[in-house]
Amino acid sequence: MIRLINLELQKLWLNKTSRILIYVSFILPFTVLILSSIKINFFGFFTLELGELGIFNFPIIWHITTFFAALFKFFFAIVVVSMIGNEYSNKTIKQNLIDGLSKKEFILSKFYTIVFFSLAATVLIGLATFFIGLYYSSYTEASIIVREIEFLLAYFVKLIGFFSLCLFFGMLLKRSAFALGFLFILYILEWIIFGFITYHSDADTGFKIKNFLPLESMYKLIDQPIQRIVMSKFPDKTEIVYDYAVHWHEIAIVLGWTALFVFLSYRLLKKRDL
Amino acid sequence: MDTILTINNLTKKFGYLTAVKDLSFTINKGNVYGILGPNGSGKSTTLGIVLNVVNRTSGEFSWFDGNVSTHDALKRVGAIIERPNFYPYMSAYDNLKLVCKIKGVDYSKIDEKLEIVGLEDRKNSSFKTYSLGMKQRLAIASALLNDPEILILDEPTNGLDPQGIHQIRSLIKDIAKNGTTILLASHLLDEVEKVCSHVVVLRKGEKLYSGRVDEMINSFGFFELKSDKQSELITYLESNEAFSKIKVEGELITAFLNEPMPAATFNQQMHNNGIVLSHLVKRKESLEEQFLMLTDTKAEA
Repeated sequence: MIRLINLELQKLWLNKTSRILIYVSFILPFTVLILSSIKINFFGFFTLELGELGIFNFPIIWHITTFFAALFKFFFAIVVVSMIGNEYSNKTIKQNLIDGLSKKEFILSKFYTIVFFSLAATVLIGLATFFIGLYYSSYTEASIIVREIEFLLAYFVKLIGFFSLCLFFGMLLKRSAFALGFLFILYILEWIIFGFITYHSDADTGFKIKNFLPLESMYKLIDQPIQRIVMSKFPDKTEIVYDYAVHWHEIAIVLGWTALFVFLSYRLLKKRDL
Repeated sequence: MDTILTINNLTKKFGYLTAVKDLSFTINKGNVYGILGPNGSGKSTTLGIVLNVVNRTSGEFSWFDGNVSTHDALKRVGAIIERPNFYPYMSAYDNLKLVCKIKGVDYSKIDEKLEIVGLEDRKNSSFKTYSLGMKQRLAIASALLNDPEILILDEPTNGLDPQGIHQIRSLIKDIAKNGTTILLASHLLDEVEKVCSHVVVLRKGEKLYSGRVDEMINSFGFFELKSDKQSELITYLESNEAFSKIKVEGELITAFLNEPMPAATFNQQMHNNGIVLSHLVKRKESLEEQFLMLTDTKAEA
């Protein structure tokens, strides 16, 4: 396993474009996180301090940071898609197999790298959230800190699921740009399916089924936290109450898709003449 | 003799096209094999199948004693097919390091092999700056990294200039001299003739011949003759059972032998019959002539 990750990391790290994208995908969410946590003085007119809104309180901070950090997953998605596209355009996939890498090992080396980066991103976001929380949060008792820490797990699963989807599209289409385009097509397709079902029954059933589709199920892992912030400001407005928790079945759906995408990528490579 | 590769009734179909048809042959240790055939005769497809990149339609193949999986066997094989495929943004050294990681070979081999192909002073330049000849040499270095038991080369001199062709050929000869088994696919007959001891001839995916190069055609050679008494000579040759076919081109008569006969014996016979030869050469068909005869006869049949 170490050998396979090591192999893939060399391919990525020596490529300038993917190195820059990896930097960006790590540094950008942190910059945003840190910028938002400091007090910004707008030329003496007013000071903006997001910490004052209570968004850096435990346990809500876990929810907020993982939700916004997940928006930056697109940078690494480009890396994932291009690490497949490059293998095809340089024909190095063929050479790798001739040199004695099995088709299974080839897919696994990509998948392990995805898990590795998702884990690294999760650990870093976890640490950053923990320290910012310790600094700003009004409550720092251990029991409150670890409450809702499952958002970190959701974040990890969400990244793995999304990158596995990218891996599959990369293998399917062999071209990075097409694969990214397909992500957009899939997004539209999920809304079309939703529209179709809503037309034939109702929006409730529509959403229920859409929750099983790949992109929506990944998105649903961490619900948007804005409404929750509003909720915490107006506790008596019961009509805006919603279910924002991470559910085990949501994780199971995404893990199911992940397994399917990795398996399909392997099947595709196995059947294909290079 | 140790068997390295056995192929049994291998068939590959691309839709309606049959690229390889019921192909069987065996490769033994220590010989230099050529796979010969025009473009599109199924050479690369056959190599692709045994190298795990093309799926077979039917048939079997097994590496070594047949107890190793294909990808493990490939770690004991060195192969380059068609163009050299490397990561353009990596240096030669880094590219070979990657191959070492795949094959499980120590990094110390890298410099040793780069020296063999004469690239050690350019090892830190990125692959995309290399000329085609250098790329091909790097590919050979990469194939040699694991000290393979068999080296597979597919059209290694394709697209190279004469100097590059010469470099690659002398490299191959040096490697063969060290006892490495080589399988060389080529459509260039003189290339195969110069390096190979055994040959498999393919046409449209079918095997026409496999065996030693010098036994490819059951032939005793031919005489090239010139004489002032041309008509008498022709009459004599036609009446003699030892000759099968006689070809006349201007002054030059080519007489093909049915049975072994030394030139001296023939000269003596001519002398006894009162025919004086002004030109007598005994020759064997070159691989090119043999190849054309082989493909022609099969085409007629």
